[in-house]
Amino acid sequence: MGHWMAWARESALALALALAASPAAGAEAARPAGGPGTKAEARPEVLVEAEAPPFSEGIFPCSSCHADLEKNGTRRELAFHDEQQSIFSHDAEHRWCLDCHDLQNRDVLRLANGAHVPFTESYRLCGQCHGDKFRDWRAGVHGKRVGMWDGPKTYFLCVNCHNPHSPRFKGVEEVVVGGKKTVAPTLTLIKPEPRPHRPEEMRP
Amino acid sequence: MTRKSLPLIEAGEAAPGAPERPLDPARRAFLRTAAAGSAVAALSSCGLDMEDFLRKHFKELSPAELGRVLAKVEQRNQARFGRKTTVRADGPRPGVEFGYGLDLSRCVGCRRCVYACVRENNQSREHPQIHWIRVLEMEKEHGVDLAHSEIYYEAEGVPRPGKFYFPVQCQQCRNPPCVKACPTQATWKEKDGIVVIDYDWCIGCRCCMSACPYGARHFNWATPNLPAAELNPDQHYLGNRPRPKGVVEKCTFCIQRTRQGRYPACVEVCPVGARKFGNLLDPESEIRKVMETKRVFVFKEELATHPQFYYFYAT
Repeated sequence: MGHWMAWARESALALALALAASPAAGAEAARPAGGPGTKAEARPEVLVEAEAPPFSEGIFPCSSCHADLEKNGTRRELAFHDEQQSIFSHDAEHRWCLDCHDLQNRDVLRLANGAHVPFTESYRLCGQCHGDKFRDWRAGVHGKRVGMWDGPKTYFLCVNCHNPHSPRFKGVEEVVVGGKKTVAPTLTLIKPEPRPHRPEEMRP
Repeated sequence: MTRKSLPLIEAGEAAPGAPERPLDPARRAFLRTAAAGSAVAALSSCGLDMEDFLRKHFKELSPAELGRVLAKVEQRNQARFGRKTTVRADGPRPGVEFGYGLDLSRCVGCRRCVYACVRENNQSREHPQIHWIRVLEMEKEHGVDLAHSEIYYEAEGVPRPGKFYFPVQCQQCRNPPCVKACPTQATWKEKDGIVVIDYDWCIGCRCCMSACPYGARHFNWATPNLPAAELNPDQHYLGNRPRPKGVVEKCTFCIQRTRQGRYPACVEVCPVGARKFGNLLDPESEIRKVMETKRVFVFKEELATHPQFYYFYAT
């Protein structure tokens, strides 16, 4: 009887110990698989937004002209904004200015559901239709990031590489906005660097 | 005398055809010293000194010895380029295994990566011209096929219709044939996956070059032609420190940058964002997102080199 009691007490203790230890053991086992364990060693991930490319000179805020103009929501050829109309190739057959620009408040963009989005968050507008690219971009798969692979990094916005009115990628150029270097889309293709020397050209 | 030693070989003792008997250890030691002595005499004429010649393998250096070796490289840089440089030898970080992704659906063949790499890693500019990254122009009709590829495509008109662009650099194999081929252990794979070369240990036999199925290794047929003004002073012993004539070099994932947490130069310069880099062991890293969500392949998979360099199509 005494033996049995001792055994029972021991096994209960062992069980209690095992139960108490198991969450910790589970956490230990989970470490190498990733998550908090590997994250703790890495530097905190800080994502910094790149400066958006500048607006065409004197065009923003839009309300400085549009405040006094009559609001006309009918789809038509504009008499003004030729610099955008001439290059417009963003599903031009189906879309026009007011699909993205807001009729009432010209200084913001407009989502399909009517919500307003500031120009600085234009990626939310792009993401409505280009959801797959948007997801990839947020994960760092689409687009470009510079800086540290395990620390602070700058990510570029849709508008740093794609002209919203002619979004097919052609090229980018370095620009300085507010004293910070960033990139802006161009309408011309990137000029490639020269080819490597052939072996026969390398003889001194 | 009870202690037995191997018999000394007397002149004329060994009968022709008899198996050669091992040398007496003392005699071996003597021969080794004599050989070293004559080697040192020969060395003094090629600008190396005794300490370089007799030092241990990089992996066996103590911190103090490593410090002396690095200081010596800095001195040599100063003498050769007249500029102050910083040569480090940061080791691999625990819990880090590098992976590289290249999005073939984005690359436009502009070769920005090629020249950014040359500038960052102090390659010889011309005569010989060394490029660690080589961009191949391939035909969409044939897919990834080296029989229909062109390295020397002219810059005009790129990207050309019907073509795609396939940059190749060291694939940092998990099973690297170059490391197996090296007779002096001058090249090895580090814990974080980077295959490195100790240029002081390389004897220039080029066995690794013939073993590499990617053409990723390059030989300094002449003293690298590197203008002092263009020297990158931020250097790593196993990476971009200036090389002498007669050694092999290759991409190191910009070891001097990535061991400090920065992106490689080619990743930062790519204007289309086709190049991705990160820690394969971190499930939140960009490279892991690529591996998990995109169509990924490795180059020359059939050779079982198991590269840490992945090509993918994001669209």
